[in-house]
Amino acid sequence: MARIIGILVGAGFCIVLLYSFIVGAYTWATDDAEETAEHVFHLHPRDADLQSAGWFGTFDEQQLQRGYKVYKEVCSACHSLRLVSFRNLEALGYSEAQVKAEAAAWQVPGIDPTTGEATTRPALPTDYFPSPYPNDVAARAANNNAVPPDLSLITKARHDGSNYVYSLLTGYRDPATFSVDGESLAEEFPDFATPSGLHFNPYFPNLNLAMAPPLTSEGQVTFDDGSPATIDDMARDVSAFLTWTAEPKLEQRHQTGWPVVLFLIFASVLAYMAYQNVWRDKKH
Amino acid sequence: MSFPWAKQYQPKTGLTRWIDEKLPVPRLVYNAVGAGYPVPRNLNYFWNFGVLAGFCLMLQIITGVVLAMHYGANALVAFDSVEHIMRDVNWGWMLRYAHANGASFFFIVVYIHIFRGLFFSSYKAPREMIWLLGVVIFLLMMATAFMGYVLPWGQMSFWGAKVITGLFGAIPLVGEPLQIWLLGGFAPDNAALNRFFSLHFMLPFVIAGVVILHIWALHIPGSSNPTGVEVKTESDTVPFHPYYTAKDGFGLAVFLVLYTAFVFFLPNYLGHPDNYIPANPLSTPAHIVPEWYFWPFYAILRAFTQDFLFMPAKLMGVIAMFASILVWFFLPWLDKSPVRSGLYRPLFKKFFWFGLIPCMAVLFYCGGAPAEEPFVMLSQIAATYYFAHFLIILPIVSMIEKPKALPHSITEAVLGEKAGADDAVPLGASGDGAHRPATA
Repeated sequence: MARIIGILVGAGFCIVLLYSFIVGAYTWATDDAEETAEHVFHLHPRDADLQSAGWFGTFDEQQLQRGYKVYKEVCSACHSLRLVSFRNLEALGYSEAQVKAEAAAWQVPGIDPTTGEATTRPALPTDYFPSPYPNDVAARAANNNAVPPDLSLITKARHDGSNYVYSLLTGYRDPATFSVDGESLAEEFPDFATPSGLHFNPYFPNLNLAMAPPLTSEGQVTFDDGSPATIDDMARDVSAFLTWTAEPKLEQRHQTGWPVVLFLIFASVLAYMAYQNVWRDKKH
Repeated sequence: MSFPWAKQYQPKTGLTRWIDEKLPVPRLVYNAVGAGYPVPRNLNYFWNFGVLAGFCLMLQIITGVVLAMHYGANALVAFDSVEHIMRDVNWGWMLRYAHANGASFFFIVVYIHIFRGLFFSSYKAPREMIWLLGVVIFLLMMATAFMGYVLPWGQMSFWGAKVITGLFGAIPLVGEPLQIWLLGGFAPDNAALNRFFSLHFMLPFVIAGVVILHIWALHIPGSSNPTGVEVKTESDTVPFHPYYTAKDGFGLAVFLVLYTAFVFFLPNYLGHPDNYIPANPLSTPAHIVPEWYFWPFYAILRAFTQDFLFMPAKLMGVIAMFASILVWFFLPWLDKSPVRSGLYRPLFKKFFWFGLIPCMAVLFYCGGAPAEEPFVMLSQIAATYYFAHFLIILPIVSMIEKPKALPHSITEAVLGEKAGADDAVPLGASGDGAHRPATA
């Protein structure tokens, strides 16, 4: 009885599914689904070749300091970094005094101690990086109706994030001359146009990005260690910095992971020998 | 209950004798996972996964309880409190990655455990109750994991919660009020987050309770084994300790190598980047996908694209998604083949390896892919096979199949003595004589 009911119920599910399949397949076969430009010309991020990548990845403190300078002088004009506090900068190799001085260079919202009025004051190491805008409405108003995202977690909040940030910053192109593998965007999609106020960037999912190219000329940021500052260098350094802001414990994680995994491999070998020893007289 | 030759617990010291008289917990442990539990000697590595699942449950409870000490279950602070754990709590990053990846590995282990049960027909008499309780555990796990994924209050948390609770909206008449009642509002918000946290904390202990029943039910007939032939004599079994404690120790060590490799080197590989964006009810992600372990069922949900007669497509998808798991409850009565082990069932084995496994792989892939062609068509074919396999193929195969001859005993299978080749009646088959194939 159970089997007969089962077969009937099963046949019901199958009929409905096959009906859905036939309708779907017919639509699919008869409709010419048009390829879209963002489908064909969206590019996967280029490899930024960061030292933090891979199972042995570590941070390059000099590079993080350079990346921080790029953030401070360029990105921070529009992007907040709200989950990072100034005290965290010690992980970049700055001394306590340097962090104190660095924090004091930033203004954060405060309260006037005599009148209680809202005011600003120099930041302390315990403060978090301030937002460039008082609220999202102000951010939207200043940026052509797009809110610049907070950057604290950006390299974990995008697919292949560290490479994505690097690729995006170096990826602005002219759509009129852009081509991939010999296929020209202008020829394949003659109607494609980047709306005014947006900027063509094949690493951005819909190809049109609200952010204007932030790194525009060599030497835009002067690095304290005298490193070259091409657009490519600055983009790579800031993506290294943002990898650190998103995953500050990455180095500790890798350093802990190796002894743990190697110990467990050793323990597996011992456990296998113990298992063989216990079973030595039992065929199984 | 146990086999007559099971070793008896002998308290050796005055203290253990005193405890044994008052509350015989050491005796209970001895009989459950000690030398007092005789287990078939021929279990293969697939039988390691029950112990591993129990280990995962404990791991999740321990890491979860500590995480809860630092987490803030409020929509205003939930996301930042998770980042506080990642950045400021001592070893908080390790706890959180251990818990998030622990959920994934719990599901990997349980899926292998379930497929072991499906292939070796562990659901058949006299073990139906173990199987039924196992399906209950799996349903509780799904609910717990779903609610846990909402707690970080990222974009996928929010939109996943919205989509899944939206499924209840498909129920005729009561759907919408039911959905509002479950969420405590019109959309996921603080009320939903709070109750999800409360339930996510509570359900693992319910799971632990059902696991105890699952193990209790297991100890009545004893463990099954790869031949499916029941234990007959003492030489068929070995004491659980030290034989299977040693083997499970090895299995656990290998499991931990893979698990810690993910925790320390690929901690976000199994997650979705969008969950590192704070929940925003005004911005819908391009593709809303659940956690990877729900993909096969998500594919079945989305395979129903056409209204049929009076049934809306969405409602049928919801029914089918739940039915795809509920069907497991009926397996003991759908598959009446007297032979348990798939190794001795030539036809069943073909449908299992060339039907069910590829079908699950396709459903898994399509569930994670965007709801576009050809993925929808593929999942429709795979979902058709899924229901056909359990509801049509299994009952028919169990009626027409001629099983291979079974060994007379586990000992004979292990020592490779003459198999009962001329005896077509499977001697170790489940006791229901009416369904035995006629003697050839």
